[in-house]
This record gives sequence, structure tokens and C-alpha cells, in this order.
Amino acid sequence: MLTKVLRNVRALPFALLIILATVLPVLAGPFEDAIGKFTTDDFSDTEEAINAIATSGNPLAFTVISALQDGRLMFDADAKKVYVTQPDGKSIDAETGAPVASVPDSASAVRLNNRLRRSVEAAMSGLTLSSPDAGKRIEAAQSIFKTHDEAMLLAIEGALAKETNKDAKQAFTAARGAILLFKDDATEAQKLDAIAAIRDRGDQEALAMLSDVPADQPPAVTHAVASAIAAIQSRLAIWSAVQNAWYGLSLGSVLLLAAIGLAITFGVMGVINMAHGEMVMIGAYVTFVVQQVIRNSFPGLFDYALVIAVPSAFIVAGAIGILIERTIIRFLYGRPLETLLATWGLSLVLQQAVRSLFGPTNQEVANPSWMSGAFQLGQITITYNRLWILCFTLAVFVILLAMLRYTALGLEMRAVTQNRRMAASMGIATSRVDALTFGLGSGIAGIAGVALSQIDNVSPNLGQSYIIDSFMVVVFGGVGNLWGTLVGAFTLGIANKFLEPVAGAVLGKIAILVLIILFIQKRPRGLFALKGRAVEA
Amino acid sequence: MVTKKLTHEIVKPLTRRSWLAGIAGLALGVAGFSAARADDDTIKVGVLHSLSGTMAISETTLKDTVLFMIDQQNKKGGVLGKKLEAVVVDPASNWPLFAEKARELITKDKVAVVFGCWTSVSRKSVLPVFKELNNILFYPVQYEGEESERNVFYTGAAPNQQAIPAVDYLMKEEKVKRWVLAGTDYVYPRTTNKILEAYLKSKGVKDEDIMINYTPFGHSDWQTIVADIKKFGSAGKKTAVVSTINGDANVPFYKELGNQGIKATDIPVVAFSVGEEELAGIDTKPLVGHLAAWNYFESIKTPANEQFIKEWQAYTKNPKRTTNDPMEATYIGFNMWVKAVEKAKSTDPDKVIDALPGTKTPNLTGGVAEVLPNHHITKPVYIGEIKGNGQFDVVWKTPGLVAGDAWSKELPDSKDLIGDWVGKKCGNYNTKTNKCLGQGS
Repeated sequence: MLTKVLRNVRALPFALLIILATVLPVLAGPFEDAIGKFTTDDFSDTEEAINAIATSGNPLAFTVISALQDGRLMFDADAKKVYVTQPDGKSIDAETGAPVASVPDSASAVRLNNRLRRSVEAAMSGLTLSSPDAGKRIEAAQSIFKTHDEAMLLAIEGALAKETNKDAKQAFTAARGAILLFKDDATEAQKLDAIAAIRDRGDQEALAMLSDVPADQPPAVTHAVASAIAAIQSRLAIWSAVQNAWYGLSLGSVLLLAAIGLAITFGVMGVINMAHGEMVMIGAYVTFVVQQVIRNSFPGLFDYALVIAVPSAFIVAGAIGILIERTIIRFLYGRPLETLLATWGLSLVLQQAVRSLFGPTNQEVANPSWMSGAFQLGQITITYNRLWILCFTLAVFVILLAMLRYTALGLEMRAVTQNRRMAASMGIATSRVDALTFGLGSGIAGIAGVALSQIDNVSPNLGQSYIIDSFMVVVFGGVGNLWGTLVGAFTLGIANKFLEPVAGAVLGKIAILVLIILFIQKRPRGLFALKGRAVEA
Repeated sequence: MVTKKLTHEIVKPLTRRSWLAGIAGLALGVAGFSAARADDDTIKVGVLHSLSGTMAISETTLKDTVLFMIDQQNKKGGVLGKKLEAVVVDPASNWPLFAEKARELITKDKVAVVFGCWTSVSRKSVLPVFKELNNILFYPVQYEGEESERNVFYTGAAPNQQAIPAVDYLMKEEKVKRWVLAGTDYVYPRTTNKILEAYLKSKGVKDEDIMINYTPFGHSDWQTIVADIKKFGSAGKKTAVVSTINGDANVPFYKELGNQGIKATDIPVVAFSVGEEELAGIDTKPLVGHLAAWNYFESIKTPANEQFIKEWQAYTKNPKRTTNDPMEATYIGFNMWVKAVEKAKSTDPDKVIDALPGTKTPNLTGGVAEVLPNHHITKPVYIGEIKGNGQFDVVWKTPGLVAGDAWSKELPDSKDLIGDWVGKKCGNYNTKTNKCLGQGS
């Protein structure tokens, strides 16, 4: 109760401010005092300053608070001065708004902790409720929804009356509903409206809010709350299935991407390539190098670094693959055990080489802006990096399939792997085709590395974590069949994601392995077994 | 097992006595051994850290740290008038290999002390070797506790020097009511979470407000778990994640947190295994405000720390090289060993082990680390918030130094146990029954 009162006391002036800001002349005094408090580098002083500034009505309040939020508010403890570095690089004096030539070197950013960040957010919601940007207004409404602060009711109603944007209007209605629902003297009709508005939001937070409603309500309200909770829960259950399916697709796409190169070297050529993971790792390191070069030499192109990294990774990993095939693997065809040992040893050599070259620590590969963040689809969050990886994987798959189907090299590859001697007698240079096929598989693994660098560590161990999964996918899907790899990857991904919430990540993975073992007993050649004489060869 | 322990019990006093005899020139075998050591004009120091395999990412830095410390000490004239010489071996993140390499260091290279190990598994695997051959191991990493060995000195944090203060901070400052304990599936997270669960329940947290989640090593698909955390956190009570996720899995975990928009102001994550080195691989801007609990941060401004960083960066010829908590623990351990050797005027393990408890040496954050009778040390505890530049901003610290508990007071099995190698000569002395349980001694 006490905290509630305190919160009201703190927030009341925000509401007044929004209504009166245009009418009242700006008062000097509290704002300047508050700015001074930033120079003590003490969290409780900073908190006082935030609250005082938010309620001061000073036109600089928004500039100062948003600078504080972004770490652009600088203070100089000795000179007792506070500056704002504007996003465009220019600086102003936080007290007067006068431009200054430069912020002195002795100044450092005002520090925040999580408690203060929440105060800043609360202050910002008061200051941005009438922002011209609809997104900002919705954000403000959301944060008021969370705190459902009675003191904001007037401000919310004022903003709601003016609002024309549909989404913002809905956010304001929900925020108003949240306040009314917890307001002791609200009428029954108001509360029922409020419940309907919150029910329309239909997300986890709405559910949490409705479950929080105190029990001493009129029967009609209690009943409405119960039925709203039931409605939201059944809706969320459907969404959670959709979410699992999406996560499964996303995991499946990562598995497919990692396995698709192996589907060529192992599936089509029959080489048990334990160094496959290291090709993925090399692709990721190529991405890192490309990004470093672009960051240092062509910062403007930074967002396109990944696009440049894709062909580079293909060429580097493909070249290494051809080198490996020419120097090691071609002497070992038809001797699977020796191939396994040789490529396993090779994988250790490659790992250690990268470790010596780049160091054992993780390298930072940044996400370009178009791959960071997420968007909301109904009640699920879809992150852009996962979405792009899914699209990218499917594109790689289609291109590879088309290549094998429609190009001369693809035809030769299929011919050689189906019947080497017949192909040779038809005039195909089989050893050249072997090298190119292995190079293609390795190159595609390199491309996978570019994508995986976006969601995983770029460290020398990157490949190890994917090698088992890749073999699993290829064996499950059926050796020698790209479509089998596709279906196998997505089946495993989706099965894993539906098992994980029930069994946990560790047991889920074990369960999947057990299922595969059982499946292989039944169908030793995987989902899509190759038929015909080629199999016997 | 039992016979092994029994023989060991007999062997240990014998070696000690025979050492004295060796001084007198009576016991020939041992005398020959120590004479061989005395003839050398260097003292050998073993470094047992993985330089390849999964753990190389963390342990390579510690190898460099020991080499750096040895270099510094030699510039000051060495120890007891002799130069120190590092013997570096690579156990390659392979736990049984740790034991083999430890044996090699002690018997073949005749090192006076070993600095090494990171994971608890590797420590457990070398323990029998150190006991059998009676040498000293300095272990520099925060761990799950429940251990006090005569031959091991724990310079990293015990759970009461990291996990418990971190949870206290969240309870008091962030008013956290609901807890997600997320960890990698192995001994350190499991024991730490057991201790934390018992502690939280003793503070009145209900079962339904604790969610425990384990993931395999190197887990990279965090979508479901992060979504679960989000769901768990939107039940109306302030929620925090206590993360004992180890090693490589952290990067994708934090990336997923950032991408799904879980901000520190909504659900803060406090991590026990994420330091400056781990953050080097991530863009930390979406993570600002998430927390880590350590006994040292690179950003702590003390003259000792600034000098250490300067010399470290000069030694590694890399002006951007970061420092971290296990490095400070290695620094403390090394200085303690030097002090104890100077006090004992000998590098003989028995004498040094007896000289170590009570030894004090300054840490890098302005306090004093003292070796306690249970072979743990005193440490300050800091809570840091991740900043946009990959460093930490200290937002809270314990008022004084915290003494490391070998045995957790929160677990019913160990709450009566203490380690005391000074008075009781026992690693797991039961204060209720006044008996030494014998194991681990």
C-alpha cells in the first residue's frame, strides 16, 4: 500500500505536467538543482534528479532524460557541469541548452543501474505520451499498462480522446482498463469494460494482470475475470503450439544448413567426413575476417558484410575442401574406416590451426541491423536472424538442387556417384569430378558457417557441436537424397522443439537420439532410401 | 578405495618424518630426491591448463597469467634466490589426461607447485595424484564448494562468496520474488543450484516461484528456454534469472535474450560464469544492465589493478587484452605461494602447506586475501552490470571481505562440516559429533 501511495505521489506530477505543460511558464530552479545532482555519481542522487526533471516541465526535460537513457548524458564532477551529446555528435549544456564546442575529456557518462533504468522508463512514458511518433506513444501506453498507476488516468484519457492511430488507441484503452480495474472506486460497469479491454490484448501480461485482481469484487466482475482468464489461456495454448512449430522450423533450418554440405560429401560421395564441422567453422571465420576488413576499411558497407561473406566463405572452404580431397581423401576411397580416422585427425589439425591463428577466444561477429531484433506475430516473437536463416537455408537448398539437376557438373556428379566405371568409360574425368564434388560440399558447409556465425559462437569449437547433428540428419533422411535431408532436418527440428518444453533440453535431445536409433532399426536406409542398382554399387 | 585411503594415511606422516630424516641425511631415497631438487638453481612451477579443446577458450589466459607472474617474480630476483621456471603442459580439455599430466609434472619434472584446472571434473580427476605424490595445487576458479583438501588451495570463490551474495542483492535491490535457475548440466551448476534452492526456500520463496532448467554443454538453440523464461517472468512478480550457464553456450543465450527483447529492467540475468573474456565475443549493447557476480572486475579502479592491467597488456603486447576474475585468483594464489615459500624458507610441499594458512597478500581491488584454515581465502564480492563496451560497472559490493566456506551452510548434509587443516588437520570435521569423517583428507 505504501509503495502504491509513493508511486502515486511520484507520478501525479507527470499527469499534471502533460495537461499543463503548454499553459504554465517554465519555472527556473528545480530543474537546475536536479541537473546538479547528476555530478555526484551517486545512484540515489541520480534517481532524485530523474524524478525532479521529469516533473519540472522544462522543455529540456525530454532531451536530458532520453540522453540519460542512451548513455549520452555526460557529467564533469570537478566543474559541476552536465552536458548532453546529441545523436548528431553536437553537444549542449544540459542546464541551459546552449551549444558547447566540445565535452571536456574529464567528463564521463552518468551511470545507471536497473532501478534507475526503470525510473527513466517511467519518466519517459510520462514525457512521450503525446509524442508525435505513434510507436513512442504505444510504448508509453505499454509501460503505463504495466504499472497501472491511478495518477496517470487523466493523462491517458486525455491522450485517448485525441488519439487517431488505431493501434495506439487500443494500447491506450488497455492501459486505461488496467488502471480502472485496480482502482478501488471504479464502478462495476467501468470494471467490466476494463476487463473486456484487457481481454482483447490477450497476451501473457494481460493474463498476469487478470490473475492479480483482488478477490473482493462484485460477483459480476469476478465472473468476467474468470471467463476472460479462460479465454486468454485457451488462446495462448494455441499460440504456444504455433510458437513450438516456428521454433522447430527454425531449428530444422539450422540443422539442414549444417547438414546439407554433408549430404553431398557423405550422402552423395560416401565419404565419412568428420572434418565437415571444421568447414562450417572456417566459413564462420571467413565471415569474421570479411567483417573486420569492412569495418576497418569500408564502414559504410557494414550491413552488407554478410552478403560479401557468403561467396568468400564458399570459395575459401571449397578450396580447402578440394585441397583435402586431392591430398588425402582420394587415396582412401572405399576405405571408410581409414577415411573416418584421417578426417577426424584433420578436424583436430584445422581446429588447432585456427586456434593458433586467431586465438582460443570467441571472435565477435556482429549482426547487421537487418538481422537484429524481433517482431511480434500475434502472441509469438519471431527474431529476424532466425527468419533470415530459414529463408537463406531454403534458398541454398533450391540452388543446390537446381545445380545438381540442370548443370553439366551436376549431371557428371550424379553419373560418377551412381556408377563410377560407366561414367569413366563415357569420358567423364572422374577424379576431377570427385574433387569438385567434395569442394562443393565443403563450400556449402562454409556458407552454413556464415549463417551460423549469426547465432552461435565463432570459436575453434564451432564445428564440433554440429557434426553429430549433421550426421544424424543425413542418416535419418536417407543417405544420398537431398530431399530426405530436408525432410529429416525439419522433422528432427520440430520433434525436438515439441519435446523440449515437456522433457527439458537434455532429456529432449536424448529422446530424439533414442527415436532415431529405433527408426534406423525399422528402416536402415532412412526416410527416403535410394532404390535401384545404384545402391548396390 | 578404502585400502588406498588407508595406505595414504600411513604414507603421509611417513613422508613428513622421512623428510626430516632426509635433512639429517638418514633416509637415503628421500634425501636423494630433495638433493636433486636443491642442486638445480631454478624452482620449477607446473602449469596445468588446457591449451586445446573446449576449455582452451578460458584456460589459455590463465596459462599466460602464470607465465606473466613468473616473469615478474624473476625480474624481482626469483624466490629464495633462485629463478622460477615454468613447465607448461596441455591436458587438452580431456579430464583423465589432467591426471596423467599432473603425474608427469610432479614425478618427471619435479615441480614444486602446480597452478591449474578450470572445471570441477578436472580438479576431481587430479586430486588423487596430488594426494598420492603430495604436491600443491592452486585452483583459481569459482566452484561449487563441498570440498577441502590438504593439497589444494582454492583461490576462486566458494558459493557463499559469489552465488549467495548475488541472490541477496537481487532480493534486496531488485525486489525479486520469482527465480529461474538456469545452468549447464554438470556438477558445478547442479550443486550451486541445490545450494541456492535451499537458500531461497529458507527465505520463504515458494516452490512454484522457482524454475530450474538445465541444458547440455554448448547448447545453441535457446529459443524455447528464453520464451519459457519470458512466460515465467510475466506472472506479475518480479523475476530474475540466476545463470550458471558455462562456456560457449553463453553467447547464443545472450544473443537470444537480446533478440527476444528481454531487457535487464524487466528480467535481469545474473551470471556466475560470464566475465570480460566471455563478453568479448558478443555485442553487449542489448545486454546493458544484466549482471554478473565476481570477486574482481577489470573496471575496478585501484592503483594495484591499474598497474596490473598495464603490465599485463605490456607483457602480452596487446593493449586491448582484458583481465578477469580467475586471473586475479591466479595472481593471488601465485603471490601466496611465493610468500609461503619465503616464510617456510623451502619449497617442500609439506612445509609450504603448513605455512600457507594465515598468509596474507593484497588482492587487486584494495583488500587483503588471507588463506583460511580450510584452504579457501577471504574475498570481497562485487555485483557488476554489463556496460555497452563489454566491461562491467560495479553497482554493489559486500561491506567487507567474505570468508570462503568449504562446506555450504545451506545444505543439510554439509551444514555441520568445516575444513580445518591447522587445528583439526581434517578437511571435513563434523562440529556436531566432533569427528573427522576421513573422506577427502
